[in-house]
Amino acid sequence: MKSLRNIFVSPAGIILTGAIIGLLAILLQHYGNPGNMGICVVCFNRDIAGGIGLHRASVVQYLRPEIMGMLLGAFVAALFFGDFRARGGSSPITRFLLGVIASIGALVFLGCPWRAILRLAGGDGNALFGFAGIFVGVGIGTLFFRQGFSLGRNTTQHRASGFVMPLIMLALVLLYLLYPPIAGQEKNGVLFYSLKGPGAAHAPFLLSIGIGLLVGFLAQRSRFCTMGAIRDVILFRHWHLALGLAAMLLAALVANVALGSFKPGFEGQPIAHTQSLWNFLGMVTAGLAFALAGGCPGRQIFMAGEGDNDAAVFILGLIVGAALSHNFDMASSPAGIAANGAVAAIGGLVICLLIGITNIRRGA
Amino acid sequence: MTSHIDTCGLSCPQPVLLFLTALRKTEAKEFDVLVDNEVSRENVTRAAENHGCHVTAHQEGNDVTRLHIAKN
Repeated sequence: MKSLRNIFVSPAGIILTGAIIGLLAILLQHYGNPGNMGICVVCFNRDIAGGIGLHRASVVQYLRPEIMGMLLGAFVAALFFGDFRARGGSSPITRFLLGVIASIGALVFLGCPWRAILRLAGGDGNALFGFAGIFVGVGIGTLFFRQGFSLGRNTTQHRASGFVMPLIMLALVLLYLLYPPIAGQEKNGVLFYSLKGPGAAHAPFLLSIGIGLLVGFLAQRSRFCTMGAIRDVILFRHWHLALGLAAMLLAALVANVALGSFKPGFEGQPIAHTQSLWNFLGMVTAGLAFALAGGCPGRQIFMAGEGDNDAAVFILGLIVGAALSHNFDMASSPAGIAANGAVAAIGGLVICLLIGITNIRRGA
Repeated sequence: MTSHIDTCGLSCPQPVLLFLTALRKTEAKEFDVLVDNEVSRENVTRAAENHGCHVTAHQEGNDVTRLHIAKN
């Protein structure tokens, strides 16, 4: 076990994980997932929110099996390798709010950092502004950490609490199997399904959940994190996690070129808008929220699988934030930002700055 | 002189940040860093080795490991 563990946390391990995630994401697109959205942790949680009816945006409703697979894959890996430990109690309500804001900011841009990578790998130039936003947001986060920002220490919780989030994911899988999508029907049982739009574009169930499980397993072992990659470079000049991010980008790019799906440009990119300022600012807000919470949405999924109650609360914040984004007309569409998108991005940024300032502790 | 750092319960990037700050700002030649999870253990070990330090790990309890780090 020890030697296997060392392989995954080595530079080769993180590069392999990034490359596999990049390739599998493009494979998912090839088999039906939306354009440049092989895996997007924010978009997919938004689709799950729609699938269970927390919002009624009819084009983004689908219980994405990738998310359930990723969390359960990480859960299995953590149990198997002894990393599973129920822990929590580090400012849970603040983390919930960070999850809500992360979702709102990312949906102004239209994607989490994983999708920013996939959009770039597909030739979407607008993603450059999103990336610049993540850099600035995470950079602001590192300034807070240098000043002593901390959400406080977690403590060991009852082991059962670590099983709650994996069991919620298992329940979602069972719901999906009980009420699977039926062609031409916008509802089956309690679940909502999109008949058009991104929510109607999905790979077959077994491929989605299988890839999710594999990604969750590998990422839990290698600690893959896109926000951490950028943060560690800015804060410590450590490039370990950045190797994973670069490998994901490169692998997805090569796969897109090979499949003929690399289409460079700014106009007419799949599920993207060209309002550069808001692509940038949305991701400044989201990037800062990820940094203060200590992980990109993907990493929060994997940590929740390891028994981290605080990461689980962040994920629930993501889901609620995505629902609010659509209910309150804050989420962008290919036509551009929504009526309340600008206020949401700026308001979210101000709240993150307040969270940063009010949680600076000396000698914590 | 040994500098003692307790990172238990802290999440990324705080354990590495606390260690590297101590490495830069104190006169200590040796550091005892308590970690309570594998990720912190790996990250602090990697950071210490990147800075040319020697790391030895001692199991302290169920989840807690003491990393003894010596400056070269």
